[in-house]
Amino acid sequence: MLRFLLKGILRDRSRSMFPLLVVVAGVSLTVVLHAWINGVMHDIIRSSANFQTGHVKIMTREYADLSDQFPNDLALLGLADLQRELARDFPHMFFTPRILFGGLLDVPDEAGETLVQGPVFGMAVSLLDPNSRERDLLNLDEALVQGRLPRNPSEILLSEEMAQKMNIGPGTVATLLGSTMHGSTAAVNFKVVGTLRFGVSALDRGALLADLSDIQKALDMEDAAGELLGFFSDDFFQVEQAAAVVTAFNASRAQSNDPFGPEMISLRDQNGLADILDMSGAVIYGIAMVFLFMMFIVLWNAGLMSALRRYGEIGVRLAIGETKGHLYRAMLLESLILGLIGSAIGTLLGLTFAYYLQIKGLNVGDVMKDSSMVVSTVLRARVSPLTYCIGFLPGTLATFLGTATAGIGIYKRQTSQLFKELEV
Amino acid sequence: MIMFIVLLCQAGLPVGDGPDAEEILTRIDKNFHAENRVFTSRMIVHGRRASRTIVSKSWISGEDQSFSEYLSPPREKGIKMLKLADRLWTYSPSSDRVIRISGHLLRQSVMGSDLSYEDMMETDELAVNYTAEVTGEEKVGDRLCWVLTLNARKADLAYHQRTIRVDKERYIPLLEERFAKSGKLLKTTEIKEVMRVGQRWVPKHMVFRDVLKKGKGTEFILDEIAYDVAIPEHLFSKASLRK
Repeated sequence: MLRFLLKGILRDRSRSMFPLLVVVAGVSLTVVLHAWINGVMHDIIRSSANFQTGHVKIMTREYADLSDQFPNDLALLGLADLQRELARDFPHMFFTPRILFGGLLDVPDEAGETLVQGPVFGMAVSLLDPNSRERDLLNLDEALVQGRLPRNPSEILLSEEMAQKMNIGPGTVATLLGSTMHGSTAAVNFKVVGTLRFGVSALDRGALLADLSDIQKALDMEDAAGELLGFFSDDFFQVEQAAAVVTAFNASRAQSNDPFGPEMISLRDQNGLADILDMSGAVIYGIAMVFLFMMFIVLWNAGLMSALRRYGEIGVRLAIGETKGHLYRAMLLESLILGLIGSAIGTLLGLTFAYYLQIKGLNVGDVMKDSSMVVSTVLRARVSPLTYCIGFLPGTLATFLGTATAGIGIYKRQTSQLFKELEV
Repeated sequence: MIMFIVLLCQAGLPVGDGPDAEEILTRIDKNFHAENRVFTSRMIVHGRRASRTIVSKSWISGEDQSFSEYLSPPREKGIKMLKLADRLWTYSPSSDRVIRISGHLLRQSVMGSDLSYEDMMETDELAVNYTAEVTGEEKVGDRLCWVLTLNARKADLAYHQRTIRVDKERYIPLLEERFAKSGKLLKTTEIKEVMRVGQRWVPKHMVFRDVLKKGKGTEFILDEIAYDVAIPEHLFSKASLRK
């Protein structure tokens, strides 16, 4: 039976070509769109986690309320004790402290007077600690444009865009003018040893990256940090797992009314990411359903046309004794085979294009140049195991449903009229 | 109709008996103005976690030249500031650098206080910068005051409008509200205590409050002040910042 149907599909191309093309086009588009949305969502989450939110983030309650202002006077104190406690309670995670700060970078001329100055957005992370994973989190090796990464105290990195604007480069000594956590003026000399391009517009405009211990010293923040970012060791964010960690951490401190006590927040509850996370799943399945519906309509129509074209063939088969049910099932099986072949070809084509977008990406730097979102300027698709099979659902279901609906006409044929219809 | 005529007659006239608004401003300026003055003060900055007291000594010549040196606490000791007309420099011993404060940094807080560098840069001459109108009378504590509404004569002033309550007898503004162009209240200043120095009334204890900040404000206490003393001219130079 299967062999008979396959021969029919292959030999009578006018019967199979149109439905096959529809399935191939629909499935390949579903596959590419799934990979693209998956990639963009993954990039938003990864960039946000690595640069801003962690998988979870700990701040003081007061700091959390004003976190967009970098209120370091409300920073976490007793950092070492807190980190020890976290390592004990959550061994499957690692935590990394950061200080975000604003300031003015002032470059002197030969006489020590101000030559050029500009506002900077500062981020202090553990750069000199050999156990630190910040280098990977911030992708520093790839982001480095000029010079090298800091190896000694008092060495900083500057965004390439800022360095060009100020006409400085590696080797320049500049003074960072800012405020200590107590509000005093902080003026500290640093040596620029390298420039970075993160590929994130919000940072590339004017970021300064310094070692945590240097900034703790400069801003009077010994054993303190504005934020403590937590990451799952497998680098994979899971909503439920993060929520469980947050609940466990905050529950142990629920009795405390200290406004400067630590509070943990999940990535999901920061920067409006909850909407993005919820939306990503819905969008992917929404796309699959839209394509399923569109292909169903087209294939239903194709099935009706096919039934008209194959009117004679169906009549002969009924006339020689094939039951209507057998004929209907044979046509359904035929459509299923067609759907599977079309889905396989469509998935192959879609995956080829999706892998291309995963490797090459699409540069949206011009669109994002004024954006404050921490998102990469090169957006890439991301092929996941689901990408391999997501096209088969609309591909096979649409052909099946299309034929099932169009094939109902078989049951309307009157056997007594067949010979008249066939003019035998 | 009678009411309308009464209101028309009142328009543009000072409320009650006494000097008009411009004269009040001139007398405030006259009370504050001096050829030069040297003072030592304490600034108590009430932070959200703790308070700090910063002691400084300042030398001021006319309206355009001032030099300040911070004496304590240790973190601030040795920091100096120089103002020459509309330019401001700061010297920090930790970096051994003289840095010009300009642009957006002028709006930043000085030492974490409720005062900005821009506030420090302002000249004291209200009559030059603002037009005034007497809009009422009010008691501040037990002192009877004129209520004056000041509007900026120039577009580049930090505050577009001010409302001040001026002591009728001493010609010192006891309460002040400073507004942005949008009408939003930005800062308040309250003089808690005044002292007599020669013929002048001088604020002894003031509280500045940046209303955009969640804080208890910054107290300013004047410990010593001397008027018309000799100040060497070389003090008002960038070279003196490093000395």
